Amino acid sequence: MILLNAILIGLKEIWSHKFRSALSILGIVLGVCSLVAMAAIVKGMENGMKESLIAYGGLDKVLLREQPVPAWQEHLADQAPGRTMKDVLALTKSAPLIRLLSPEMDLPRAILSRGGKNVAPSEFIGAWPAVLEMNLHTVAHGRFFSELDDREARNVMVIGTGIRDALFGSPEEVGREIIPLGERISVSGQSFTIIGMFEHYESIADKRKRETALKKAVPADSKKGPAFSPQRNRTSYAFWRKNYVAYIPLNTMWVRFRSAAGAGDTPDPRLSDIDMKVADLDLIEPALQQAKNVLLMTHNGIEDFTFTTQEQSIEQIKTTIGNAQRSGGLIAAIALLVGGIGITNIMLASITERVREIGIRKAIGATTFSIFMQILVESVVIAIIGGAVGVVTSFALVRGISEVVPGENVPVVTMTALALAFGFSAGIGALAGVWPAIKASKLDPIQALRYE
Amino acid sequence: MPLVELRDVRKLYHLGGEEIRALDGVSADIEAGEFISIIGPSGSGKSTLMHILGCLDSPTSGTIKLDGVMIEKASPRELARIRNEKIGFVFQFFNLLPKLNVLQNVELPMVYSGVSSRERHTRAMDALKLVGMENRAKHRPMQLSGGQQQRAAIARALVNRPKIVFADEPTGNLDSVTGEAILQLFRQLSLEGRTIALVTHDPEIAAVTPRRIEIRDGKIAKNVDTRLSGQHDGPKFNLAQPAP
Repeated sequence: MILLNAILIGLKEIWSHKFRSALSILGIVLGVCSLVAMAAIVKGMENGMKESLIAYGGLDKVLLREQPVPAWQEHLADQAPGRTMKDVLALTKSAPLIRLLSPEMDLPRAILSRGGKNVAPSEFIGAWPAVLEMNLHTVAHGRFFSELDDREARNVMVIGTGIRDALFGSPEEVGREIIPLGERISVSGQSFTIIGMFEHYESIADKRKRETALKKAVPADSKKGPAFSPQRNRTSYAFWRKNYVAYIPLNTMWVRFRSAAGAGDTPDPRLSDIDMKVADLDLIEPALQQAKNVLLMTHNGIEDFTFTTQEQSIEQIKTTIGNAQRSGGLIAAIALLVGGIGITNIMLASITERVREIGIRKAIGATTFSIFMQILVESVVIAIIGGAVGVVTSFALVRGISEVVPGENVPVVTMTALALAFGFSAGIGALAGVWPAIKASKLDPIQALRYE
Repeated sequence: MPLVELRDVRKLYHLGGEEIRALDGVSADIEAGEFISIIGPSGSGKSTLMHILGCLDSPTSGTIKLDGVMIEKASPRELARIRNEKIGFVFQFFNLLPKLNVLQNVELPMVYSGVSSRERHTRAMDALKLVGMENRAKHRPMQLSGGQQQRAAIARALVNRPKIVFADEPTGNLDSVTGEAILQLFRQLSLEGRTIALVTHDPEIAAVTPRRIEIRDGKIAKNVDTRLSGQHDGPKFNLAQPAP
C-alpha cells in the first residue's frame, strides 16, 4: 500500500520536473542502449565468425601444418622432409580414422589473365578432387576436374565467381550473369580451359541485403537489368577468399609449374597444404594420434609438423568473443554508472527543493524509513523508466548501426542482454538513490519546517 | 491524570561556544479537553516548548508524559508514531503540500498510519466538513485563500483524532477578519471536547483561551486560569527565579 503510494508520488515528482527527469532518464537510456548494442555487436561478430568457420571447411577439418623442428631435434633440422605426397599416401593407407585427405600445392603470387585483364586469386592451387568436399565447395556450373584430369595433368581449371567477376565482368556491371565455361585463361604463359565455376558464396546477411536491394531496384528501372548490391566487397574475408579461388589438378600444378621451379635442378616436391577430415568428430583425438604416428614414420621421427583443428579456432572465437564482451561490458557498465550518478545528482537537487515538504511529512508522522523509501522509490522509478525506454531505443539503435556501419556482421539483439541491461539499470537506480534517500530521511523536522 | 505532564524540562543549545537556555526548567500540566495558549515574545522559548510537546524535538533534561507515555525516552520511530496518532499540527504558513489537492493533503497522516484508502476518503471528507471545506476537496492549495488553506490544514491536523492539537501562530499569516474566523473555529472545536494549544506572541489572540501560560526567557512567567472552577493543585509556575 505504502509502496504503491510511494511509486505514485515518485511518478508525480518525475512528471512535475519533466525536463530535468528526462535528462536523467536519458543517462540511463544511453547506458542501457550501449550495453544492449555492445552485446548485439558482439553477438553479430560471433555469428559471423561461426559462419566463416564453416566457410573455411567445417568443424571436422584438420590442417596439417609445418612447424619449426623442436629444439631437441635441431641437429636434424636439415633432414626435415616437409609435407610431401609420401605423407598423403601413407596416411591414406595407414590412418583409417582420417576419412578424407586433400593435398594442395600452390603457386604463390600467381596472376590469372585474359584479354588484357588480370586478377590475383586468393589461392591458386593444384589439388585432388577431394578438395571439393574438403573446403565445402559447390559447383554451380560445369563440372569439377576428375581423377582422370589429374592423372593426365590436363590444363583445366575450376574458378570461383570472384575470378569470373574480375576477368569477364560481374553481373552488376554486365547486367546478366556470365558463365565462362570453355573460355581460356592464361597463367604464367600456360593456358587453361575453364570447365567449372562454383556458386557465389556469401553470408546470410549479405544474401538478404542483396536480395532486398534487388527487389527495390526492379520497379525503379527495369532496363538496367537486375541491380546487385554494390557492396559485395563488404563480405567477410572468408567469403571473399572462397570466391577468389582457382583450382587446377595437382599433377598439372606439379608438371607445369613446380617441376621447373625447384631450387637448383631439383624440383621442390613439398606440398603447400595437407588438409584432413576425420571420420568422427568424437574420435578426433585418437585420429590425430594415429596420423601423428604415421607421419613420424614418414618424417624419420622429426616432428616438423603440427595439427590445427577447427576446435582450436572455436576456442579462439570464444576467447575473442569473451574479450570483446568483457571490454564492451565494462564500457557499457561505466555508461550506466554515469547515468546512475546523474540520478544521484538529480535526487540531491530534488530533496534540496523539498526540504520543507519532508519536514511537513515528518511532522505529521512520516518515519525516517518512509521518507527513505519515498526517495529511493523515486530514483528507482526514474531508472526503470530509463531502462524500459532504453530497451525500446536499443532496438532502433542496433538497426541504425547495421544500416550505417559497413560491418559484415549484422548485430543481433539478445534477450539476455535486454534482461541484463534492464535489471542493471534498476539496480543502478536503487544504488543511486541510497545516498539522497539517507540524506532526506535524516533531515531534522524542525530545521526542515523553518527552511525557506 | 493530566494529558500532558512536563517536569523540569530544560533545553540547551550551543551556539559558537555559547550556551543558550531555550527552556530552563519548565513544569506544567495540560488536562484533556483544555483550550490553552502558550504566549511569549519571539525568542522566549515558546516554539521550543511546542516542538518538545509535539515530539519534534527532545529535551536536554526533564521528563514529559504524554497520554501516559514517557516521550523523552522514545525512539525516533516511536516519536513519529506519536506525532502521527496523538498530535495534530497547525502552522503559521499552513504547510500544505502544493502538489497534492486538499483531500490528499488531509489524507496524508492516514497514509502514514496505514488506513485503507476507502476509510481515508471517508474520514478526510468528515474532517473537511467539520471545517467547512468539503466543497474544496479537489482544489490545489494554491487555488485557495489563506483562510481556506488554514481550514484545510486544521482538517489535516484533526483527521487522525489526535489527543492534542498544537497551533503555531495559526492566524499570523491571515488578515484580522479571517484570523478571527479561524480562532472561532478553534473555539468551536474546543467546545466539542478537543484539547487545543495555541502558540502565539499576541496577547489578544491568547485572550480567547481560558488558560494562558506565558513564557519568558525559557521559564514560565505566568500561568493564568480564568475558569471559575479553579481546579488547580498548586501553582504551575515559578516566580521565584530571578530574570538573568
